[in-house]
Amino acid sequence: MSGLPHQPRLTRLTRLPRSRRVRSLGIACFLSALAAVITGPSGDADHPLAGITGSFAWPRLIIFVVAALGLWAALLSGGHLASRGRALSTRARAAMMPSTSMPPAPGGDGAGPPAPAGPLRRIAAPITGRHGARLGHLALLAVALAVPPALSTAAQQALVGEIGVYALLALGLNVVVGYAGLLDLGYIAFFAIGAYTTAYVTSAEAMPWHAPWQINPFFALPVALVVAAVAGVVLGGPTLRLRGDYLAIVTLGFGEIVQLLANNADGVTGGPRGVFGLPPLSVDLPGVRYSWGLNPLPYYYLLVVLIVLVMVVFGRWERSRTGRAWTAIRQDEVAAEATGVATIRMKLLAFAVGASVSGFAGVVLATKQFFNPQSFGLQASLLVLTIVIFGGMGSRLGVVLGALVLQGTAFLLRDTVPPADRFIYFGAVVVLMMIFRPSGLLPPRRHRALPRQDVPGTPAVPAAAGTPLVGAAVGATAGAGQDSALAPGAAPGPGPLPAPGSLRTSGPPPASGASPGSGAVPGPGPGAGAGPGVGPGAEPAL
Amino acid sequence: MTGRVIPDPRPSTAAGPILDVRAVTLRFGGLTSLDGVSLRQERGSVLAVIGPNGAGKTSLFNCLTGAYRPQQGSARFWAGEDAVELVGRSPHRVARLGIARTFQNIRLFPEMSAVENVQVGVEVRARAGALRGLLPTPAVRREEREVLERSHHLLDFVGLGRRAALPAGSLPYGEQRRLEIARALGTTPSLLLLDEPAAGATAAERRDLVTLIRAIAEQGVSVLLIEHDIRLVAAVAGSISVLNFGRVIAAGHPDQIRSDPAVIEAYLGDTDDERSRP
Repeated sequence: MSGLPHQPRLTRLTRLPRSRRVRSLGIACFLSALAAVITGPSGDADHPLAGITGSFAWPRLIIFVVAALGLWAALLSGGHLASRGRALSTRARAAMMPSTSMPPAPGGDGAGPPAPAGPLRRIAAPITGRHGARLGHLALLAVALAVPPALSTAAQQALVGEIGVYALLALGLNVVVGYAGLLDLGYIAFFAIGAYTTAYVTSAEAMPWHAPWQINPFFALPVALVVAAVAGVVLGGPTLRLRGDYLAIVTLGFGEIVQLLANNADGVTGGPRGVFGLPPLSVDLPGVRYSWGLNPLPYYYLLVVLIVLVMVVFGRWERSRTGRAWTAIRQDEVAAEATGVATIRMKLLAFAVGASVSGFAGVVLATKQFFNPQSFGLQASLLVLTIVIFGGMGSRLGVVLGALVLQGTAFLLRDTVPPADRFIYFGAVVVLMMIFRPSGLLPPRRHRALPRQDVPGTPAVPAAAGTPLVGAAVGATAGAGQDSALAPGAAPGPGPLPAPGSLRTSGPPPASGASPGSGAVPGPGPGAGAGPGVGPGAEPAL
Repeated sequence: MTGRVIPDPRPSTAAGPILDVRAVTLRFGGLTSLDGVSLRQERGSVLAVIGPNGAGKTSLFNCLTGAYRPQQGSARFWAGEDAVELVGRSPHRVARLGIARTFQNIRLFPEMSAVENVQVGVEVRARAGALRGLLPTPAVRREEREVLERSHHLLDFVGLGRRAALPAGSLPYGEQRRLEIARALGTTPSLLLLDEPAAGATAAERRDLVTLIRAIAEQGVSVLLIEHDIRLVAAVAGSISVLNFGRVIAAGHPDQIRSDPAVIEAYLGDTDDERSRP
């Protein structure tokens, strides 16, 4: 107890909690204790502690201790698997590096097709990189198309109403929150606007207030899209000058206003009773006639089409100027504005795009099921936000998977967990997620190395050949922070402005433009680690 | 040329002013940050603004780039033949007119790669809007290729060619500064504002910076520079304006400035900073 001999043990004790295992055990115990308390009996005023003591009655205690140990084991092995997976993927990426992030031909003899890839790359290619991603996406799509018919009707209903619609909502919110970094807490309002718009234009009976003429429900899709987008602009116009917290508060208020209107404006929306009896979605064109009817499955496939469409469109945006502008705004709005990005306009665009996707989801909701203002509460907004955060902000596939996992789990547990408790579990899951995967289930791929397309021409500046290290002079020396003779330096550096880059406008990227001189440039070649001498064929694999 | 989507910078051959600031006054409540500041910069020149901390240098930049709106005064800028008023324009419009800037405390897009940072700047001159960008038509693809190509050229120009794929936030300090300059150059400015580009730089980095600024000026871009390091300023700037307490207390050739008694008293004399001694 006293003095020095115990010193080492003490330090060991204090060090222990830092170990991964102990931390995992703590988390597992905490979660199962939480579950025990939540699922146990509730106390009352006379016996305030009954809930606690009842929760930890012997048989229950044993169950939850076992659950905690099981969870612990899962956490540990999961960690192992994750680190192993990481190692594997970094290795695979290392093998891919030369082909993706570096110029195809550092040697610079641009003539002829790139040399055949090394064997390793051929093996790695289908698994990683673009090919792999595409294959993976196709496989997921195949599963998404093939599995649902085998499920029960209840599951199919859930796939449409809870998973599909929310996946679509999450994709839309992902643009606002994930891309542009705007916290929108009233997002569900646009969902409501989409749904009520559909009711307004497709049915004369569903609501007291209806359009003078009714249109085919299928054409409600574009109408709802436009109306929701306009609503997004109307809300965004005055509010997007606000930043951060202020924007969150204003959008929160907007969401409440819309829900309250839906609830209280009986004469317009039908009030708390909600809207039912809308015609099911159908196409009625000269060539095409199809009704989605009352089965969930056709709606599911419609949702899959919409989701894939939205994902493709957003994927294109993500990689385009627009996506970069959004990312820039998210990361530093002042810098983005100073760099010439029209920040207000881009934020409005994000808002409108998110809103219109939400409007889409509203159409599906309206034509599939009955709905009432309760579907559009703050909780729904928060649920969508949770899905986005859980799935991975900024990752399209991530948020769709997030909807599948979160809503799917809720569906599977619908009989065991009372709906009122659902959010407790969502909360716990999100907390866990933030601890172990802070950027979500499937974080977006960032700083992807872009292939350099102008290899042959780049270093071929006359000065470069004469004085090695020209363009790179500034970089190499200052970068290393060593002695740098000012000397011949960058003065005649590869001019950016009126220089080769912009003048050589529409030339085909590599091939013909390669002058023999370019190959001879020693230093500034972009070949980085590989060293131009190795040649394009030999990958410095692994 | 049909393929020219990214315009070349405006020709710099025409003589005359590029920037004419007249009697700009900026107040924050009772504090007068700028008090009737005037300065004039010739096209293609390097002008330095020096002054002690709090003299209003960065405020002046912020007035020129639209971040602040001065209560009085005008700042005219010659993008082409005609002068345009800068006061009252929003920052991104100023950037599109052809004024680019860097920040005293670096402001990059840290999670984007170096080349993407530059792309954001270059794309200011791109045509494909949000909707057109959705369809990968040949024109759109070509433009994207040109943007990328130009961005890589700019990275080479500032010596970061090998860092293209790295996240900007992971670069060392000195390289971040140069990346910021590359991003600013991406917007094809005719006037580049550098806010203390040598802050925190090593001696070697300072020398490289001098080279870089000279190279930029040689491309026909006028440079307006805020800097403390008087040796660096003297090495690159054709003329100097000295600010103190929001007023221009001296302006002229570097040698003149060094011997100007008012400057020595206000700025050089009362500091013990040996590097600012001639």
